[in-house]
Amino acid sequence: MSKIVSLNEIPINTSGKIVEINGGRRLFAKLEAMGIKIGDVITKTSAQWMKGPVIIRKGNTDVAIGYGMAGKIMVETSGKGRLTG
Amino acid sequence: MKILLMGNPNVGKSVVFNRLTGADVIASNYPGTTVEFTRGHIKIKEQIAEIIDVPGTYTLEPTCDAEEIAVEMLEKGADKIINVVDSTNLERSLNLTLQLIKRKIPMILDLNIYDEAVHKGISIAVEKLEHMLGLPCVTTCAVTGEGIKGLVDRLDDAAVSDLNYVDNDKWKKIGDIISSVQTITHRHHTFIEKLSDASVRPFTGIQIAIVVMLLAFFIIRIIGETLIGYVLEPIFEKLWAPLMLKFSDIMGQQGFLHDLLIGKLINGEIDFGQSFGLMTTGLFVPIASVLPYVVAFYLVLSFLEDSGYLPRMAVMVDTLFHRLGIHGLAIIPMMLGLGCNVPGVLSTRILETQRERFIAATLLSIAVPCMALQAMIVGLVGRSGVSGLIVVYITLFFVWVALGMLMDRFVKGRSLEIFTEIPPYRIPYLRGLIKKVWVRIKWFIMEAVPYVLLGVFIVNLLYTFGIIQYMGKIASPIVTGVLGLPEETVGALAIGFLRKDVAVGMLAPLDMTWKQLVIAAVVLTMYFPCIATFSTLVKELGVGNMIKSTAIMVTASLVVGGLLNLFL
Repeated sequence: MSKIVSLNEIPINTSGKIVEINGGRRLFAKLEAMGIKIGDVITKTSAQWMKGPVIIRKGNTDVAIGYGMAGKIMVETSGKGRLTG
Repeated sequence: MKILLMGNPNVGKSVVFNRLTGADVIASNYPGTTVEFTRGHIKIKEQIAEIIDVPGTYTLEPTCDAEEIAVEMLEKGADKIINVVDSTNLERSLNLTLQLIKRKIPMILDLNIYDEAVHKGISIAVEKLEHMLGLPCVTTCAVTGEGIKGLVDRLDDAAVSDLNYVDNDKWKKIGDIISSVQTITHRHHTFIEKLSDASVRPFTGIQIAIVVMLLAFFIIRIIGETLIGYVLEPIFEKLWAPLMLKFSDIMGQQGFLHDLLIGKLINGEIDFGQSFGLMTTGLFVPIASVLPYVVAFYLVLSFLEDSGYLPRMAVMVDTLFHRLGIHGLAIIPMMLGLGCNVPGVLSTRILETQRERFIAATLLSIAVPCMALQAMIVGLVGRSGVSGLIVVYITLFFVWVALGMLMDRFVKGRSLEIFTEIPPYRIPYLRGLIKKVWVRIKWFIMEAVPYVLLGVFIVNLLYTFGIIQYMGKIASPIVTGVLGLPEETVGALAIGFLRKDVAVGMLAPLDMTWKQLVIAAVVLTMYFPCIATFSTLVKELGVGNMIKSTAIMVTASLVVGGLLNLFL
């Protein structure tokens, strides 16, 4: 069963397919510039404590984004693994 | 002929540029280093071409300042473009390539970092890629120099691609190219990749950050102290001092000119710390006391930059920095500021909003002492043990945090969240590293030495005409009353505007107590930026914001100095 949740709600080392980016044009453009766009499968490789930055990986690109931005990126996961929230 | 070197940040563009031209470019392993572009020349088949290293950009639809500069430079026109791409990140890189193709400028594609791609199990069918893009493609490994000759040889083949696509289909087109030219063989994670992940995980990341900082501190101290103790002090004491003494004899050991050049003799000898002549203290302070630490600092900093550690550190400090109204990438201006505040302030440009830049620049000029100042503080305060130094550094750190939190509350405007690529760890390109350290040291010598000499010159004038004594009387309610310092420190505070290292040097003969030394060091760091930083702040922040920033500095230094005087 697949679930659609924000990046902040999946545990680290989990992959998901981006289905929606709720931010403004700016976040969309910044992600696209890094080659990350809707439909891509990304992995959340790390998240800092106390709502710190989240690190996402696509291919050989690692990008650190703020917690707020991560909350705007909706991903579809396979539903396997532990989901928090 | 004008050739633009364009590509994503962190794809080794500056190393390619260095290889092509041999000019002084600063390459670092974090995005946005070449905010100010650099040009050089290259000889291709008896023809001299101008080659410009354009700031790294991910896209031609700018999302930050560095990218805007890149687009502006492209719009000024060029005869050829060398598009440098990261072979390990072909898909992302082609986004820019496809946008560049639309500009209809003859172009050549340089698949750089090709060795690493091979290493990572990525294979690229170069001829097929050439055919699909309609551009000549070469592979290079700029760090070792492999393929650079091939790049130069094929520059003439640069072509205008006939590739056509509509913007909405850009990623589909890229996807098609990738799926037909790139194959990835699965392989296990290497140690470097594991280390890379560990350095941004919360628990292991903090431990690694602490180890890195302690190591950095330790190495700077060892290099600095060794250079001073075994090289520079012996040169000054054994070679320069006797020469100056002879010179002093010739000049009759006194008189205005003698005091200006040689300074006061202390028990018939030259004391490089206290004589205060242009050719004694004026040379000794920048060259023997400060330069060794500057060299050590830039070696370590440049290594950290080129290895790719700084963006990881940015991630680790982001949560704390957020409380101060800036995000983690502001660690870069802070670290540069520990060397010299001027490049620190300049690099606040990597922050996007006016508010973030104001907060970062103010925090930096108030509570981040430059290496020159630190070297002198260590020399002066450290004389009576480390405890004084610990108090100075802890106080500055608290000021930095507290002021940041206050500014976050009261400064209007918007602060953004961190958004940065985390480049892979790389072993620094040694030639590039040495060149970078050299450029920075050269810059320090050109900037610092003249100001130190001017500072020493003015100190002499102020003493000769009794101006310092006069200023001391006027300022004594504040300096003595609030801060508990001797009247004579006014002279140091005045000279601190010119050069803070000279100012600390002026405190040496004053015979101050432990407490007074600590207060003087903290106040001298905080109260006002030196003239070089001041003019950079005016340029970067504008006059209005500079006045605000300065008001914060003066007030904070009096409050903190007063509190230390009360409670120490």
